[in-house]
Amino acid sequence: MPSDPSPVLNPATPGGPVRTTVGATGSEFDTTKARKQSTLIIKRFLRHRLAMASLVVFLLIAAFGFLGPLFWTVSIEDTSSRGYLPPSAEHPLGTIQTGKDMLAQLIVGTRLSLAISLVVAIGSTVVGVVMGTLAGYLRGVVDSAISRFVDLMLIIPQIAVAAILVRALSGSWYVVALILAAFAWMQTARITRGETLSLSQREYIEAARAAGAKTRWIIFRHLVPNMVGTITVNTTLAVATAVLSEAALSFIGLGVQSPDTSLGLIINENYSQITNRPWLFWGPFVIIVLISLAVNFIGDGLRDAFDPRQTKVRS
Amino acid sequence: MIRYIIRRVLISIPILLIGSVLAFFMVAGAGNPLAELKAKPGTTPQQIADLEASLGLDQPIIVRYWRWLLDFLQGDWGQSIALGQAKVEVFDSVMRALWITARLVVGAEILAIVLGVTVGVIAAVRQYSIFDYLATSAAFLMFSMPIVCVAIILKTYGIQFNNVLQDLGFDRWLSTVSPAEGGFQGSFGEVVFQYTGTYLLPTLSLTLISFAAYSRFQRASMLETLNSDYVRTARAKGISQRRVIFRHAFRNALIPVSTLFSLNAAVLFSGAIITEAVFGWRGMGALLVSSIRTFDPYMLMGWLMVTAALVITFNLVADVMYGILDPRIRLA
Repeated sequence: MPSDPSPVLNPATPGGPVRTTVGATGSEFDTTKARKQSTLIIKRFLRHRLAMASLVVFLLIAAFGFLGPLFWTVSIEDTSSRGYLPPSAEHPLGTIQTGKDMLAQLIVGTRLSLAISLVVAIGSTVVGVVMGTLAGYLRGVVDSAISRFVDLMLIIPQIAVAAILVRALSGSWYVVALILAAFAWMQTARITRGETLSLSQREYIEAARAAGAKTRWIIFRHLVPNMVGTITVNTTLAVATAVLSEAALSFIGLGVQSPDTSLGLIINENYSQITNRPWLFWGPFVIIVLISLAVNFIGDGLRDAFDPRQTKVRS
Repeated sequence: MIRYIIRRVLISIPILLIGSVLAFFMVAGAGNPLAELKAKPGTTPQQIADLEASLGLDQPIIVRYWRWLLDFLQGDWGQSIALGQAKVEVFDSVMRALWITARLVVGAEILAIVLGVTVGVIAAVRQYSIFDYLATSAAFLMFSMPIVCVAIILKTYGIQFNNVLQDLGFDRWLSTVSPAEGGFQGSFGEVVFQYTGTYLLPTLSLTLISFAAYSRFQRASMLETLNSDYVRTARAKGISQRRVIFRHAFRNALIPVSTLFSLNAAVLFSGAIITEAVFGWRGMGALLVSSIRTFDPYMLMGWLMVTAALVITFNLVADVMYGILDPRIRLA
């Protein structure tokens, strides 16, 4: 791929369909600008309406969590009000049992739930990709060791181990995030291992090795860039899984703990009010479902953008 | 096939063993089961020391592991260190809890597979029909739902449904508590009534979550086989639509779905923990939560080993199914 794009010689069709001129080598015969792979992928993603709408929803929720404190300055520690106040100008979503402001709870909960899932998604992707590519590229003993380790990690339900560790360590949001990440990388490792096994048979890897490239160079310069589609889609979906795992863990009381809060913990604290004060339950519930739905749709859009051949079969 | 199964079982023994070492260190390092007692006023250091000695807690961790392992293999899984109650045998409590959870999980899994596969096949055969859109969006929605909330919502409306039943002069049907100890009593009709009432809501909430994964997966894999060359050939030969779908496309579309079955095992158990927490069942979920709260080491070890063995069994069953469904795969 040339780094500097050749000039547009036919300005009549800017942004029109890509026309490739087979056999025309001189620049005067070029009709379209050379495009980078990444530009094409971004364009395809932007055309995916559902994914774009989901991206907007996701950004709005993120803005609510991360920028919310700028506009709503009530502290989540403030217990000066009475418990279970109905919605009013002072407390737009009322208060919870302890007299804390529900809107402030939701803002912090959304922020920490999102932060946890992003840490989990990125952390598990990094570990999973390194493990998977090492196993798939080095084969032999390393492969067996890593694969058996993955098998080992998969035999105990994630939520059980995570709950034990949270109880042992602490319920701060970042501890919960790291623990969840430590038990979420196995799927990514399996997928990247499989892909590495097939990619490392290609000629360009062989050529790189013949040229004396080191393992680290081959993995990060040749293998990972060629799996970037799979990895990105997987990371996106990991965000959705992490939001749901966090909710489950915090619900049984072995996840995020006070003074931190999260969407799961808010549900845990308020679900008994589902019939009397429904907004206390449905608020965090709707945010969780929206995050998870939006992220799944974004993942779908990314998959289509990275691999347009798959668009025919939508699942 | 038999040789393959034996080999797989033999391979899983070292995995379970290494797993048990890691689990034991994690559980032992997690916290002191006697911490609560120590904090209690009126307990002398002598009492604590005696208790520690009787429970073997004063030994080095390696020694404790070795003792636990020897006892465990001989069927003595140790006793619970829950304070203030009579000593409880770990084996009995885990098995009792497992029996409750297993009935829930197995029922939900079977329902989810049957429903998910059926809906997935219909959605694929009638691609882009209203049914397809409804099924696909329902699956997508369920896939994004936290199981906690599904269970809470079902429980809430279950109670309201009961109230309506009562107003109409019927008995309250749906139960939102743990199944009674000692089983259901009464005539056959009453037992069926209690049984369905107790199991319906928890099973449904577990089913709905798994169903989403199965139907999405089945639809995608069915579409792939329906668009393949051999199905086109079968159609060209004049074979009836029905036979093409069931004989040619459906059978092959089941192959990738069987991998989901093994991946789903651990997910299902996690889901059961949450569902039980919502409905207050005294199954594996409640046992786990209470043992974690008290750092009950032998109870946790028993729990983890049983679950690990179950997940390994699930995986083995899935692999054997894979081999049966796809003769190209040789299990060796």
